[in-house]
Amino acid sequence: MSLPVPAMNRPASSAPECPSEPWFERAYSLAMRMLEPPFAALQRRLGIKGMAYVFVAPNLVFFALFVALPMVLNVWYGVTGSDRLMVQDRHWVGFDNFRALLDCDSYLDVNSCQQDRFWRAVHNSTLFVILQVGSMVLLSMIAALLLNAKIRGRGFFRAVFFFPVLLSPVVVALIWKWTLQPDGILNAALLWFGGERVAFLHDASWAFFWTVFVSVWSHMGFYTLILLAGLQSIPAELYESAQMDGTSRRRIFWRITMPLLMPTLLVVLILSLIRGVQAFEEVFILTGGGPGTATQYIVQYIYETAFANQVHLLGLAAAASLLVAVVLMVLTLLQLRVSYHGKQR
Amino acid sequence: MKLLHALTRTRLKGRIGLTDWLSYGFLLAGVVLMLGPALWLAASSLKTKTALQEFPPSFLPTGQKEVRVAEGGKPLPVYLVPRSDGTSQELALSRRVGLMGLFIDPNAPDAEPVRARIDEARPVREIRLAWENYIEPLQRLRFDRYLTNSVLVTVIATVLTLLVNSMCAFALSKYSFRGRDAIFVLILSTLMVPVSVILIPSFLVITSLGLTNSLWGVILPPVASPTGVFLLRQYMLTIPDELIDAARMDGASEWRIYWRIVMPLAIPALAVLGIFSVMWRWNDFLWPLIVLNREEVFTLQLGLASFQGELDTQWHYLLAMTVLTLAPVVVIFTFLQKHITTGIASTGLK
Repeated sequence: MSLPVPAMNRPASSAPECPSEPWFERAYSLAMRMLEPPFAALQRRLGIKGMAYVFVAPNLVFFALFVALPMVLNVWYGVTGSDRLMVQDRHWVGFDNFRALLDCDSYLDVNSCQQDRFWRAVHNSTLFVILQVGSMVLLSMIAALLLNAKIRGRGFFRAVFFFPVLLSPVVVALIWKWTLQPDGILNAALLWFGGERVAFLHDASWAFFWTVFVSVWSHMGFYTLILLAGLQSIPAELYESAQMDGTSRRRIFWRITMPLLMPTLLVVLILSLIRGVQAFEEVFILTGGGPGTATQYIVQYIYETAFANQVHLLGLAAAASLLVAVVLMVLTLLQLRVSYHGKQR
Repeated sequence: MKLLHALTRTRLKGRIGLTDWLSYGFLLAGVVLMLGPALWLAASSLKTKTALQEFPPSFLPTGQKEVRVAEGGKPLPVYLVPRSDGTSQELALSRRVGLMGLFIDPNAPDAEPVRARIDEARPVREIRLAWENYIEPLQRLRFDRYLTNSVLVTVIATVLTLLVNSMCAFALSKYSFRGRDAIFVLILSTLMVPVSVILIPSFLVITSLGLTNSLWGVILPPVASPTGVFLLRQYMLTIPDELIDAARMDGASEWRIYWRIVMPLAIPALAVLGIFSVMWRWNDFLWPLIVLNREEVFTLQLGLASFQGELDTQWHYLLAMTVLTLAPVVVIFTFLQKHITTGIASTGLK
């Protein structure tokens, strides 16, 4: 990842002690003071160097329990069968889960697969990712370029484009569900312009379109922001000298902006691919994967196979999630490579 | 398109060129698309149940005027009814009989009802803000519970996240010990392990700890945040070591150095992580969806999701509760926009 050092301002000096501290500062001091004796005891036993381990310990415990252990266990679920959750109740099946998932006469024809729901989800996700990432990167690129220019009301526009990023997926989905209702404002507008009412979320192609649209709507601001930061890191002197030489705007764009923005653009591309593969929450509320399976994507398949259906096919779901993990890992490695090269320049 | 073309042509004589028109066009379309639906939702949340069922919808929260004629009776819709003498009168519709309606005068409820054709009567409209949409779900539909749960999860989780990750970042930035770099790389390498990939085993861990259907099951798993460690470590690296050495000379314990010196100096970075954590936890959905199955432990997000999934969606309540759910986020964004955007731009994460 390209992760520059946080560009925040350091305080000039720590604030002088106020006679009347606000309540949270008093609460903070009190809590921290209460923890002093145990930590002092630890320090006496372990010495100053040993305290480093004490400080990393809580984080590592959480990390081990909720990240490392699950990652290992996931492999175990992938190679065992049974609908029981407890590890000891599960029996070894080897690669049967993977074999079942990958058993297809032709990967292009969903109906020829043993696990047709899985492959339908894979197909849907693939198409979704291509359309969503493609349009989102293009749109956020345009938005970033426009918002980087000196225009009136720039702060306002920036805030507006960014604001949906902070909304929860449930809220995003409900906002659009309300807009897209058969009796919603969009249909009212369509009728007003002389069109016909459309059941947007009950028609397979429309529903698919709207999942892409809503997903672009809610995430675009994030990528616009990153691209904007990339644009702002291009030295202004380059533009000034180019203008002095009378270079055309188009040429400036293709010869200065694009090459220098390329590393950021690639990071944005891969990051949005990683997120796109995992699209679930907004879609789940907006369409529930329907109509039929038209908008069922891969994470929803995992969720439903593992938790929502009558029989909890945990092994199958774990195997599917491992396949997704492989895809994500490849993308992440690609991204690390890209940002490493970006830094080298 | 023609209109736009004509406009650009006239303007080209001035200073504003075609590209400016396209730029502003894009930006304005963006504003309409980005803000429009959210504002529409907020405006709709103040409409009465009957007003929400109108199609085409009216822009302002207007609804047909209603009066309660009899004590404890149903509120009746008010119409402007034309009378035989050429005037019209505001009357309440009490009963329909085919095309005819029986209208009563709200001011004289005991008088003989007036019979008139319904299609000749015009509904009387008034602006009516349905604040009960906000109050009733909190009183009767347990949304008060969901709200409390969401606040609890957000606050406790944020405090824990700040504590655990700042301790770790302090050790990683201010001590040299065996395994330090290995730990840092290990933590960073999980930056990209999404919840969706380890759903099942995480659920097992939570079940084994007996934390299903408990708010702790939602709070604890994401506490160790790679983003947080990274953000805080990078920031703490810029705190001069001399400060810490001086404090040590004065006999301060390591814990005291951490909470009296390093933490206050790291406030800008802590603020960014704190804001992020509040956003993550308030908006969290997938993980609570798996851990919490009983209604009394639902968070707002789960409450909304299950409420909207009911067969006969009660939109008047749902919209109001959606606004309630998004309001804190909007408030935080309005006041702390700068922190949020620098935080994202500098870490590439949200």
